[in-house]
Amino acid sequence: MNITEKILAKASGKKAVHPGEIVDANVDMVMVHDLTGPLAVEAFKKIGVQKVWDNQKAVVILDHQVPAESVKAAELHKTMRQFAKDQNLRIYDVGRGGICHQVMPEKGHVVPGTVIVGADSHTCTYGAFGAFATGIGSTEAAAVMATGKIWLKIPKAVKFVVSGEFQKFVTPKDLILSIIGHMSVDGATYESAEFTGPTIKGMSIAGRMTLCNMAVEMGAKNGIIEPDETTREFLKTRVKELPNFEALKSDKDSVYEQTMDFDVSKMEPQVACPSSVDNVKPISEVGNVPVEQAFIGSCTNGRIEDLRLAAQVLKGKRVKDGVRALVIPASQEVYRQAIDEGLMEIFTDSGAIVCGSACGPCLGGHIGLLAAGETCVSSSNRNFIGRMGSTQASVYLASPATVAASAVTGKITDPRKMEAKP
Amino acid sequence: MNMKIKGPAIKFGSNVDTDVILPGQYMTLVDPYELAKHALAGLDPGFPEKAKKGVIVVGGKNFGCGSSREQAPLALKYAGVKCVLAESFARIFFRNAINIGLPVIECKGISAAVKTGDQLSVDFDAGKIENVSNGTMFKVEKLPPFILEILADGGLIENLRRRMNKK
Repeated sequence: MNITEKILAKASGKKAVHPGEIVDANVDMVMVHDLTGPLAVEAFKKIGVQKVWDNQKAVVILDHQVPAESVKAAELHKTMRQFAKDQNLRIYDVGRGGICHQVMPEKGHVVPGTVIVGADSHTCTYGAFGAFATGIGSTEAAAVMATGKIWLKIPKAVKFVVSGEFQKFVTPKDLILSIIGHMSVDGATYESAEFTGPTIKGMSIAGRMTLCNMAVEMGAKNGIIEPDETTREFLKTRVKELPNFEALKSDKDSVYEQTMDFDVSKMEPQVACPSSVDNVKPISEVGNVPVEQAFIGSCTNGRIEDLRLAAQVLKGKRVKDGVRALVIPASQEVYRQAIDEGLMEIFTDSGAIVCGSACGPCLGGHIGLLAAGETCVSSSNRNFIGRMGSTQASVYLASPATVAASAVTGKITDPRKMEAKP
Repeated sequence: MNMKIKGPAIKFGSNVDTDVILPGQYMTLVDPYELAKHALAGLDPGFPEKAKKGVIVVGGKNFGCGSSREQAPLALKYAGVKCVLAESFARIFFRNAINIGLPVIECKGISAAVKTGDQLSVDFDAGKIENVSNGTMFKVEKLPPFILEILADGGLIENLRRRMNKK
């Protein structure tokens, strides 16, 4: 069995599972946020059970529209606070957490080998720690909160074997964009996307999270990476007890629907052009694209490693007149670290605005929306029509380094061509 | 269960994502009828008017890709969509639709055989879809019994209530 099958077999009390089989799996953790939580609360109340099946296994995180941008949002937040209080659930409120997918592992809610579901499509991010994690809807989250179980079809698996060393300013974001470009937006639908190979073994947790985060953009059910010493290093101070990682390795005879090899050593920065995540081009083929907004942040690329990279490009430079540069640290922990490392000075001196830890413009429901005819280059994960505001706006997806370089020049720019100060 | 649905088709292309089905800026709306006013706002702001008498949406590949927002299938359902037929679905949308009682069926070849305005007939028990306007018939893989049960109950919550009260 591969790692995903091993986790799902254990969670459903079976010795072995096979692709296509439907299992009833025990859930180790369920997460809802401020936009999906209120519908889940309503559904939960309709089921007619009094209590969440295990109050240690459900978490509420307010991140999409925080601080509240409207009275409606404030009401939704109030609903979630009350539910968390009534059910005695852990809630990460404004200023106490940040983006759900950053907060979950930071606060020790992600344990390798567990089954985690979240009412957000990017829940697949936690596969970076060797957990089985997938997105569900609000009603299903309510059902999980009531029963602690979920039906799952065992997915077929596709394996990405990555080798080679990244060039300077080429990042895991460029790799996953390139993979999605090859696979297309439905190339891994219903499947498990497993990332492996020497490049992955040498990759930071931040990079692994970026890869697994965007697995859903090719339709995958989950993204997953075998846990190792890098995983242990990140989690050891956050999780009480870590499982034996040996039991979380894919067997040599695991069956994959498809195996793809990627060599990153010659890879250019990649850009997903409007309005589909698989409309990916190497930056040399993107052409002249002026931008009005540049966004560095989101659950895909708002971690300290991403901010460091952006700061490296922005140091001693100015955001071009006519461009709005937004920097949003993924969590309060990242925000604090960015202050400690002096990154905030670099951002503010360059003319970028730093906003509080939240999803920001990524989902087009909070701050930093686009007007008709405007273009944003963004480190986030989706560039669909209307994603970031007007249906007549355009979004280009790229790495934090590319976004930062583009903020300086006012057009989509290869960060390798910028003169970075040490 | 005996479930049959009839209605005119409204056809869309492939990769209809949840951001065009229900843009993020309307996510704070709670009333499903309010959500319905913005159904498919990203592709056709006139959709709710066209759908209100009851329609069957036909999509290409990967219908409902993107965000996990259940507000997307909710907006379709309350706008008047009786069923969604597509070449394939994104998995979260597929589950969400069933969980809120909006029937969805994967049907290879449907996109090429249907144009907007065609009268369609869907028989869930027989696993049959017919384009009454041009006589094309499709045999589809039936949904598993427990999913048909959820749809017959009107959604996962109603299904769960029934099952939990039975215990």
